[in-house]
Amino acid sequence: MTSFGAGWPTLLHKELLRFWKVAFQTILAPVLTALLYLLIFSHVLESHVSVYDGKVPYGAFLVPGLVMMSVLQNSFANSSSSLIQSKITGNLIFVLLTPLSPADLFIAYVMGAMIRGIAVGLGVLAVTLFFVPSLLYLPHPLWALGFALLGSAILGTLGLIAGIWADKFDQLATFQNFFIVPLTFLSGVFYSIHSLPRFWQQLSHFNPFFYMIDGFRYGFFGLSDVAPSTSLGIVSLCAVSLALIALGLLRGGWKLRA
Amino acid sequence: MRRFGAVQALAGVDLTVHEGEFFGLLGPNGAGKTTLISILAGLTRPDSGSARILGHDVITDYRAARRALGVVPQELVFDPFFSVRETLRIQAGYFGLRRVDDWIDEILAHLDLTSKADANMRSLSGGMKRRVLVGQALVHKPPVIVLDEPTAGVDVELRQSLWGFIRKLNRDGHTIILTTHYLEEAEALCGRIAMLSAGRVVALDTTRNLLSQFAGLTVRLVAERLPATWQARVLRAEGGVYLLRLDDYADLEALLAALRTERIAITELALQEADLEQVFLRIMSGARASATAVPA
Repeated sequence: MTSFGAGWPTLLHKELLRFWKVAFQTILAPVLTALLYLLIFSHVLESHVSVYDGKVPYGAFLVPGLVMMSVLQNSFANSSSSLIQSKITGNLIFVLLTPLSPADLFIAYVMGAMIRGIAVGLGVLAVTLFFVPSLLYLPHPLWALGFALLGSAILGTLGLIAGIWADKFDQLATFQNFFIVPLTFLSGVFYSIHSLPRFWQQLSHFNPFFYMIDGFRYGFFGLSDVAPSTSLGIVSLCAVSLALIALGLLRGGWKLRA
Repeated sequence: MRRFGAVQALAGVDLTVHEGEFFGLLGPNGAGKTTLISILAGLTRPDSGSARILGHDVITDYRAARRALGVVPQELVFDPFFSVRETLRIQAGYFGLRRVDDWIDEILAHLDLTSKADANMRSLSGGMKRRVLVGQALVHKPPVIVLDEPTAGVDVELRQSLWGFIRKLNRDGHTIILTTHYLEEAEALCGRIAMLSAGRVVALDTTRNLLSQFAGLTVRLVAERLPATWQARVLRAEGGVYLLRLDDYADLEALLAALRTERIAITELALQEADLEQVFLRIMSGARASATAVPA
């Protein structure tokens, strides 16, 4: 009699192998991109931009934003690209034929996305520490870790939903270019929202990415645009809501099972 | 029942495959074979009705049903990131099976893939990829194995070794459900056969009974045309080559007389004993005729 254990750790392992085998593209390239952002923006704006009333140099302010932006974008990229590739090449059938439950699929794809996002984030942090070594002594590491975990989970889940929804690569690119990238760039990665006109400040409060980055930054400076507990509440609510949507889609088999 | 928009892919299929059987599922393209298999595998959900694998409902008890089932899909799909061995390990892992390298080695040996164990899937030929698909279906040792056109694109020699392996699995107690376009394979391997047409079962019997029930003669005739009175006997017609159904040898004399009367020149004429292909053609032509019949 064959004894069957849990299958999701293997799907998670496969997800990790998938990006690790092309680590140059999935880890090193986004680290290099973030480093270029840091070098260019901090060099150009260091003496022009004042953040947190001048308490934090702009270069240091920028680093947590870039780290979190990399975490978010790569978490989304991992689950969405894995799923769309499997759908288009047809090898998703190997997963669908197995006893893996909707919750198993959710856990494996989202955890895979979180690990890739956090691996890229750690890579960005490691290279940027060379330029801003003071950031190594962050005052609230658990806040930073909590927001990194929640942010990567949210974007991993969004990637899963987008991967289920999209039938073609260009649909996924549309989702990424017209939804994920603008929300990330307009979330305060490169600026404090207090430097924005009032209208844009208020609009930023409707962007959940803003709370992820602002809360993450609190872990590094003990300063933030809104209270970290407020950010944590909003980000947690987003995580739970999106998880319920993704689980519902997986349970119903929408666009996965005919 | 399963409907895709206006197309009803399956309608009222009621089939039981017994444990340990080698069962054939035959039918023309679009008959509903793959839809039926997809319902068993949980890839498609029926609009109504139910399906069970060894008593496990494929929807309400899907975990047990899928553990009991191994499916070789029709499409030649693979994951380009992995080697053959990694592919099989991962597939076993999805079922919660670890440390199964001995069984994987056995599968690789039977499928003549040992030398390719560490080769990336992308580097394999079509036939090799097809054999890896068979390996993936077997890796969790399912008691029921469904093979959807498993030998398409596999050369004759490898086809024989593949069937040798599948026969062994069947002798060891595995239930095999096979769809194939190679009817001689179904005739040689399957103990029982269901024929599907337009989503319905139009024949279901043992292979032996089907052959004896439709026993008779067919004649292969190459001629410029066919006498009008013989059109109803046509099983297949392709560019002046006709396959005609005869009830007995006396029919042959009647055919020759009709050809002489209408002064039709014969280029070639050959008598054939009934085989599964002819049984299939007769049943399908009967199914088409009843589907298009207009009630009086």
